[in-house]
Amino acid sequence: MFKILEKAELARGITKMVIEAPLIARKAQSGQFVVLRTHDKGERFPLTIADFDREAGTITIIFAQIGRSTQQLGTLGQGEAIRDVVGPLGVASHFDPSIKKAAVIGGGLGCAIALPQARHLKAMGVSVDMIAGFKTKDIIILEDEMKAASDKLIITTDDGSFGVHGFVTDALKQQIESGAEYDVVVAIGPIPMMKFVSALTKEYGIKTIVSMNPVMIDGTGMCGGCRLVVGGKTKFACIDGPDFDGHEVDFDAAMRRLAMYDGLKERSEDCRLVQMADKEN
Amino acid sequence: MDRNMSLEKVKMPELDAAERAKNFEEVALGYTAAMAQEESQRCLECKNRPCVAGCPVQVNIPEFIHEIKEGNFLEAYNVITATNGLPAVCGRVCPQESQCEKYCVRGKKGEPVGIGRLERFAADFAMSQGALGVKGLPPKNGKKVAVIGSGPAGLTCASDLLKRGYDVTVFEAFHTAGGVLKYGIPQFRLPKEIVDLEINVLKEMGADIELDMVIGKILTIDELKEQGYEAVFIGSGAGLPSFMNIPGENLNDVYSANEFLTRINLMHAYQYPSYDTPIKPYSNVAVIGGGNVAMDAARCAKRLGAGNVYIIYRRSEAEMPARLEEVHHAKEEGIDFRLLEAPVEILGDEKGNVTALKNVHMELGEPDASGRRRPVVIEGSEYTLPMDAVIVAIGQSPNPMIKNSTPALKTQSWGGIITDEETGATSIPGVYAGGDAVTGAATVILAMGAGKTAAKSIDEYLSR
Repeated sequence: MFKILEKAELARGITKMVIEAPLIARKAQSGQFVVLRTHDKGERFPLTIADFDREAGTITIIFAQIGRSTQQLGTLGQGEAIRDVVGPLGVASHFDPSIKKAAVIGGGLGCAIALPQARHLKAMGVSVDMIAGFKTKDIIILEDEMKAASDKLIITTDDGSFGVHGFVTDALKQQIESGAEYDVVVAIGPIPMMKFVSALTKEYGIKTIVSMNPVMIDGTGMCGGCRLVVGGKTKFACIDGPDFDGHEVDFDAAMRRLAMYDGLKERSEDCRLVQMADKEN
Repeated sequence: MDRNMSLEKVKMPELDAAERAKNFEEVALGYTAAMAQEESQRCLECKNRPCVAGCPVQVNIPEFIHEIKEGNFLEAYNVITATNGLPAVCGRVCPQESQCEKYCVRGKKGEPVGIGRLERFAADFAMSQGALGVKGLPPKNGKKVAVIGSGPAGLTCASDLLKRGYDVTVFEAFHTAGGVLKYGIPQFRLPKEIVDLEINVLKEMGADIELDMVIGKILTIDELKEQGYEAVFIGSGAGLPSFMNIPGENLNDVYSANEFLTRINLMHAYQYPSYDTPIKPYSNVAVIGGGNVAMDAARCAKRLGAGNVYIIYRRSEAEMPARLEEVHHAKEEGIDFRLLEAPVEILGDEKGNVTALKNVHMELGEPDASGRRRPVVIEGSEYTLPMDAVIVAIGQSPNPMIKNSTPALKTQSWGGIITDEETGATSIPGVYAGGDAVTGAATVILAMGAGKTAAKSIDEYLSR
């Protein structure tokens, strides 16, 4: 059992939890994830480690309450415990030490995972521009933290209710056109966003790293449920990733596999993110 | 009592095939005490005991069968558990026809003695009496051993080390112990409650089982040694699934058998939505392969309601590695065997869902390196079967996680850990390995034999 030490709502339906997990905290590195199970009949699902504190023996997760399991996780309060937390899993992010300037792009909840990447790059002495995209003003998360972790923070909203009106790709293109010379672009968010960022950076020949989040069961390489096509080859996101070269990932195939269980997913009508998404569609 | 000279084994009651193919209840119901005693009287109790030599963990077979003859069922259980830590499992899943029963004298004319069925009877009887206490453990010797993996190899190694006085910690990556006994072998062949009872015996003997611990990630073998474990046994199995590398393999509804079986057995997807892990309902399912894993996947697919379930196997029935009994059960349940056929392409629609499987017919040519006749494609024999799911059960190799985090550990090119056959010793002093992690996917009982060998070697190593 893994005790929840802190719980906070960062925005509507987006929850942050600090979990007591000293052994995981001791080994965790930026880019890695954990697999969780909330109760005895629960499913196993992956969440990226958003932060860790080796001294305090804690890890932080940030998740949107959109499906059955994340909603169940959201019902747990401070002082309660999560049945299983397995990790740290996946390959830690690796950046070339010669990198001078990077753009770190987060889409929605992906900002929670992009943030530790920005911090990691900053710690390497890299100049970091962060571009954070949200659908609308109400669901902006981690603004202060991202500001602190970057040299420049650009927030975009799809509806123009805050910051720059438009998508992250628009802001990225504008930065590149106005002379920002990025050695690497890191993009983390929904698959369409990572796909369009990768398509854009390919035009400019900028190396791009994406963090994939397919369906997972064990998270240890024993089933291949999370497999992706990268550079024409089959890769398991849980042991070969989750970071991959954005110019090599077959995003369309990944999107199709992600939708495989959609018909079976029981989504709660209470979930505000789903309501919001439904309203927009 | 009179000797039973019947040429056939006493029949074991089973659920009706048409009924059982709709549920996950155990198919074979086991002997009653009267049936077990009747079958035990077929044993000649020969002096040279060829059956024992055929058992990878050398169960004293004539001795335990003698106790059943006498009606001393608990004593029979004690004789078995002196050498076998998982008798209720072995009695159910061992391929007895190629092990103990293969060498039974009675098998020369008629059927061999039903050793597996009798072993199962003794274990189930003892469990029903709650008689699982382990007697006569030696005092603790104060030495700590780490066992990586709680499958058959790890559990057996742990059991034997506990019987020798060691403090044993078993590290398991999943949220429950048992390895393939939990995630691989389905409920209808091996009830999970039985596996838990066997694991409870180990806990009563003092084993510390640490769940959710992926060794190689959360701790390395070097760190285990730093924590005071004087020896390590790696029994991490062969969990990495192989795919065929044919077009369409990344379509939706194409599963590795590991994923399909893990969802069903470990995560109880067949009880969705009472359990949270889903599995989609399918009408036409192809399972590629001819081993026990393929049989298990096919029979699970049938139980989930698929009307047509095919086994696609590229050789003939004689070469099938699956247990005879499981092939027989699969046929009874209506699985369609397409032998001497191989898939060449999986076809899908615009959403990426499987729609059909393209197969070719094969014929057997000259024997290959493994001694089996090599299947050769018959030109122009392609045909297409409508399909909405494909399960790939063509084998697994060892997971690279431990190898990758332990550079000094020598492995084969395909990932198997290199060990001394006699002792189970790896290239690192004090580190032993056994089971599928060494051999690639094999059988439960061979893994148990390897766990036993390693426990003996670890004891010798730490007693020096």
